[in-house]
Amino acid sequence: MTTEPPVAEVEPPLLSVENLSVTFHTDKESIHATSGLDFEIERGETVGVVGESGSGKSVTARALMGLLESTGELGAESSIKFRDESTIDRLVDDYPNAVGRGDGSSEDGTFVIDRDDGNRYVDLAKAPDQAVNQIRGSGIAMVFQDPLTSLNPVYTVGNQIKEALRIHREIRGQEATEVAIELLEDVGIPDPARRMREYPHQFSGGMRQRAIIAMTLACDPELLICDEPTTALDVTIQAQILELLQELQAERDLAILFITHDMGVIAEVADRVGVMYAGEIVEKAPVGSLFESPAHPYTRGLMSSIPSRNLDSDRLETLEGEVPTPHESPHDCRFAPRCPEAFDACHETHPNAIPIEGNADHTASCLLYPEDIQTEKAVARHTRPEERDQTETGDDTT
Amino acid sequence: MSTNRSDLTDDTSEGVSNSDTTDDTLVEVNGLKTYYEDQTLFGGEPVKAVDGVDLTINSGETLGLVGESGCGKTTFGRTLVQLEDVTAGTIEYDGVDVTTLGRGELKQWRRNAQMVFQDPNSSLNDRMTVGEIIREPLDAHNWKTGQDRIEHVQELLETVGLTEEHYYRYPHQFSGGQRQRISIARSLALEPDFLVLDEPVSALDASVQAKILNLLMDLQDKYGLTYLFIAHDLSVVRHVCDRVAVMYLGKIMERGPTEDLFTDPSNPYTKSLLSAIPRADPSVEIDRIMLRGTPPSPRDPPAGCSFSTRCPMKIRPDDYEQLSENAWVAIDVFGDILQARSRSDRTVKERARELLGLKTRFASAEDISSEVFGDVEMPPSVQQEVDATIELLESGDITEAIDTFYAAFGSVCDEDTPTEHRIGQKDHVSRCHRHKTEYSDPEPVLHRTESGGD
Repeated sequence: MTTEPPVAEVEPPLLSVENLSVTFHTDKESIHATSGLDFEIERGETVGVVGESGSGKSVTARALMGLLESTGELGAESSIKFRDESTIDRLVDDYPNAVGRGDGSSEDGTFVIDRDDGNRYVDLAKAPDQAVNQIRGSGIAMVFQDPLTSLNPVYTVGNQIKEALRIHREIRGQEATEVAIELLEDVGIPDPARRMREYPHQFSGGMRQRAIIAMTLACDPELLICDEPTTALDVTIQAQILELLQELQAERDLAILFITHDMGVIAEVADRVGVMYAGEIVEKAPVGSLFESPAHPYTRGLMSSIPSRNLDSDRLETLEGEVPTPHESPHDCRFAPRCPEAFDACHETHPNAIPIEGNADHTASCLLYPEDIQTEKAVARHTRPEERDQTETGDDTT
Repeated sequence: MSTNRSDLTDDTSEGVSNSDTTDDTLVEVNGLKTYYEDQTLFGGEPVKAVDGVDLTINSGETLGLVGESGCGKTTFGRTLVQLEDVTAGTIEYDGVDVTTLGRGELKQWRRNAQMVFQDPNSSLNDRMTVGEIIREPLDAHNWKTGQDRIEHVQELLETVGLTEEHYYRYPHQFSGGQRQRISIARSLALEPDFLVLDEPVSALDASVQAKILNLLMDLQDKYGLTYLFIAHDLSVVRHVCDRVAVMYLGKIMERGPTEDLFTDPSNPYTKSLLSAIPRADPSVEIDRIMLRGTPPSPRDPPAGCSFSTRCPMKIRPDDYEQLSENAWVAIDVFGDILQARSRSDRTVKERARELLGLKTRFASAEDISSEVFGDVEMPPSVQQEVDATIELLESGDITEAIDTFYAAFGSVCDEDTPTEHRIGQKDHVSRCHRHKTEYSDPEPVLHRTESGGD
């Protein structure tokens, strides 16, 4: 299904998000919902984003889909690089004036980068709404938390799937009906021919979520964003939906961005995980090493408050305080006021992502790291990038 | 599992719960039924939300009640504090049957039994200050003097981890966790002995959840409270409860001490439910029992065991011992479709279309048979029965088709409601036909199910 770029040896990730910042402006205040997010999603892998309510998970998903409300503003430095060949080819045809070379020379209004060395991508953060509309659904599709509100109650489920087919794949009439029945069968809905003609209220919660997944698949997306897709469902139904997503991923080489607050679900579905706190990713790791050796104090606190991981303890450990609402861009560690290990520098220095134990895949944004050098030197790594080399050579000699 | 099953259980062990009654019993529920009647002109079958529950709750313990949404656990909790009227059965609180109490007596009794609701956003009146909210039960029961009430409320605020100055604030100024603290303070105002906690933490984030759970446990130690803890999150239940009851479609399928039930579940439903919980540990491989479909409607529960429509360990008729799992899956899915069709009513328009020979939303029986049995090998004897059913379905006689189907493939699970069987320890009870000596014990039959079905 995917056409591999012939030039590049290592396939670049399907989606790279760089420095994603979203600010909401109201009359009273500005809220920095997310600040400086960096992450990548490869084809066929599931990236989990976990965090408490208010941590900016859903805003991230909406920013990727171009669904921010009018008060929301993407930061000027943000880029969302989506590398799907068919999408790029189509946009190159539709917007010839917007094709640039992305070599730093200021090119206003370009959002499709087409370079000879095979580095081709479309930057969704810079693309106009009309272009994003084309990508939404066919390139990137989304499954929302509440299956009832994402279906239209006055149209049959079949009609809604056929609508998606008509808009994105231009399939109509009897053919559309047949494809829709096939899709419903793919997502495990029995007796699909009858179910097609039923309304959403005649479906159970799990069936509705299946129908929505069928609808997103109708557009044949490369990336599926799942925003708490199982939170409204019971565990037995949740297990069914998670299994379905995994099957579909294997069949279609789908990339999945899975957003949830449930550590158990993350452990099950994700290959790599980003932990969000107050609009920032504080820790990023492959799922195994995150659960085995959580590095950031926030992740550790989160883990120790889960009952199933702490069966032997009578009391659950808790984090004091609550997730703050970020009103300004980050200049300190946002977790410092609640952090049991905070020291003075934490309130003044904004931490950078530091590899844990030399593992570039596992990073934590915390002044405690790198762990193997003195705290002052570690703090210096976060504050003065220009002196970093010097500090590092100093370490090597001691 | 089978080794420690006591032999004193027989087919007529109905009412095991009565013998569990001890001196410590605070609440004893017998044969409790709560039905919601359809109030319309042609009111059909009532919704059997709670359908024959026997339970005892001992003084000072936390009894967990778990189950999927719609299984009747919230209705059961509401009935216990008499927010719903019972249809049948008794609730004895400290030896008094509260279902027979008059208005005045009931109000007096309510001081003893309070409830904390699930959603802290909708259970507090936004137009009242926090102080007024917590004071309201005191005012309603004319508790001491006004000054005493204010002091009592201020104490309560401290008890639940808030401060005195919160008295004059409004609920919208508080976060979810703090609002649940206010809710808890209100429920404690009249110093009750018994609290029904209806999903008190499911609307909260993990780290806030932990704080509320710790608070509830502290309060229990301090005041010797008895809790009925209703939840769908089994890991939370395991953490806080002494005993657990698992509910499915208005019935208690299994109950027992928490650790027994979690480490050695006996009922097929409990086994499936426990295996469905995602583990917060990616290194653990789970042998997950995947259940088919969703629970049936409580308006029209299955005739036999309520779990029979989804049970992965259902007893099969002897004649078909040798049948492959794939074949059974296909047969089960076919049965589900039959049931679903018998329930979904045909509109006048569809009947007309049918008469005129036009296509209806009901795919022809042939389509179903190829969809369900398409690539499954069936022995001739089985195929014969399936064909007979399909023929009846073609001729439009769905009831007859269902009867034929169950005559061939049904078993005791489809016919009789299982009774309670005692497992091992005194207090561990499970409802399943497989506990009878003539059947093998429920063991997970993996890969016997597949996703889908409704």
